[in-house]
Amino acid sequence: MTVATAPTEAAPAVESYLTVNNIEVIYDHVILVLKGVSLNVPKGKIVALLGANGAGKTTTLKAISNLLRAERGDVTKGSVEFKGRRVDQLSPNELVKRGVIQVMEGRHCFAHLTLEENLLTGAYTRSISRGELKQSLEKVYHYFPRLKTRRGSQAGYTSGGEQQMCVIGRALMARPEMILLDEPSMGLAPQIVEEIFEIVKGLNGQENVSFLLAEQNTMMALRYADFGYILENGRVVMEGGAEGLRTNEDVKEFYLGISSSGRKSFKDIKHYRRRKRWLS
Amino acid sequence: MQFFLEVLIGGLLSGVMYALVALGFVLIYKASGVFNFAQGAMVYLAALSVVGCMEKGAPLWLAIILAFVIMTLFGIATEKFVLRKLVNQPPIALFMATIGLAFFIEGLAPMVFGSDPRALDLGIVDEPIPAILDAWGIVISKFDLVAAGVAALLVTTLALFFQYTRIGRALRAVADDHQAALSIGIPLQHIWAIVWGIAGFVALVAGLMWGARNGVQFALTFTALKALPVLIIGGFTSVPGAIVGGLLIGASEKLAEIYLPPVMQSLFGGNFGGIEGWFPYVLALFFLLVRPEGLFGEKHIDRV
Repeated sequence: MTVATAPTEAAPAVESYLTVNNIEVIYDHVILVLKGVSLNVPKGKIVALLGANGAGKTTTLKAISNLLRAERGDVTKGSVEFKGRRVDQLSPNELVKRGVIQVMEGRHCFAHLTLEENLLTGAYTRSISRGELKQSLEKVYHYFPRLKTRRGSQAGYTSGGEQQMCVIGRALMARPEMILLDEPSMGLAPQIVEEIFEIVKGLNGQENVSFLLAEQNTMMALRYADFGYILENGRVVMEGGAEGLRTNEDVKEFYLGISSSGRKSFKDIKHYRRRKRWLS
Repeated sequence: MQFFLEVLIGGLLSGVMYALVALGFVLIYKASGVFNFAQGAMVYLAALSVVGCMEKGAPLWLAIILAFVIMTLFGIATEKFVLRKLVNQPPIALFMATIGLAFFIEGLAPMVFGSDPRALDLGIVDEPIPAILDAWGIVISKFDLVAAGVAALLVTTLALFFQYTRIGRALRAVADDHQAALSIGIPLQHIWAIVWGIAGFVALVAGLMWGARNGVQFALTFTALKALPVLIIGGFTSVPGAIVGGLLIGASEKLAEIYLPPVMQSLFGGNFGGIEGWFPYVLALFFLLVRPEGLFGEKHIDRV
């Protein structure tokens, strides 16, 4: 079981919406990546999944969206529920139809399709008329006006920020209730990151889309999220409200590099962190 | 000059026939990254089903429809029983699987429909068109022209399908990025089944044309080998590339056959017949050296 070492606030025990129960993930039958991760995303909230490289953020998201199997990963224990029904055995196609969609890290645009065509493919799972398709497209353009101005360009030749917007917009075309957003800030200029997070917040507020957000940019993620989970080595080591996590001394020290007890040498921090990990 | 034109046009038209086979390769390669070695065998299977059904008493139109059904079912079955099991395997495994598939078809099809060479009569005569012969003195076969027309129609339809339909877009999306396509809920299996179905249809068209020209016989499976240089020149991922590559190969091999031997003979002496047989491969080798992605192949888009 996961042990929450420092629950700075009561865990988000609102009505269950997306619930991950103690999942274990093994790649290639031998590599144990997740060692029992549980988390909860309440309806209409943004939940941040934080942690260093290789902590298991992406694997957690892929376990939920069922993209693991295409990478020889397997959820061997635990379950995933969405709106009270188990979804761990569904194909990604069925899951998208139910309203859960993943935006993968690394901006996977269809490079040879134009931005507009990219968006249109996003509506694949919905059988809708031309009019409705047009409407959905306009809605995405409303949130991402930049995409509209470059709609005819091949996605492979657009900027990193535009590609990130393209993949989020493409996911929106499926009209999801829940987006699993993996590392949207990766390799982007801070200003663009800010712009994208603002849009995410807007979508969350106006379209009532819930987000599970995997991020390395802890500071930024906690500014926009409602709750946060911190993963280390395939386990949740800390969880709580975003505000609480942001002010938590440990988080500050490990992830934000700020400490109340003045500057610390890197060696000490590392040591402290290692000890902390043993505790969990 | 007249003779040159005749050779050139005859070459271009025969190139269309190569292009028809190459198209089937391109479709499958584009969507699933599999080099389908069985495409030639599929051409054979399609032609054989048509004559087979006709021998059982079906009229031509019905035989074509039946053959279409057979090819579609075959495509779906291939996806379901062969490729689906091999998802995530290295490309070489998939390639080997298609080789196996080719031998499977080559063995099974004659068992069902008989193996002796037969003629396929589409009701189009393979004769020079008198009007053109009279006006310019050039021999152009009516059959070749029809084949070119059919190929043009097929390519236009495919291009429109890929460009403007929901399924067509999904096909291109899958070709670009499997993972991303999966993540937005495109069911890869359906898409692959559709692609194999379409490739089966293209094989049917090619089988009709080749079967009518050369007779329905085992040698049809070797059309696949003629499509290889076409693919290398046109690019493995481009539908227009398959056409242009086919035309280039057709024209150049015929021109080489006529005009190269005298030159070679004066240089080296000896007899140089049958240049047609190997010239396309030399051309393909040359292309591999200077432009490996082919004329229209998709370049890998890299952002710096």
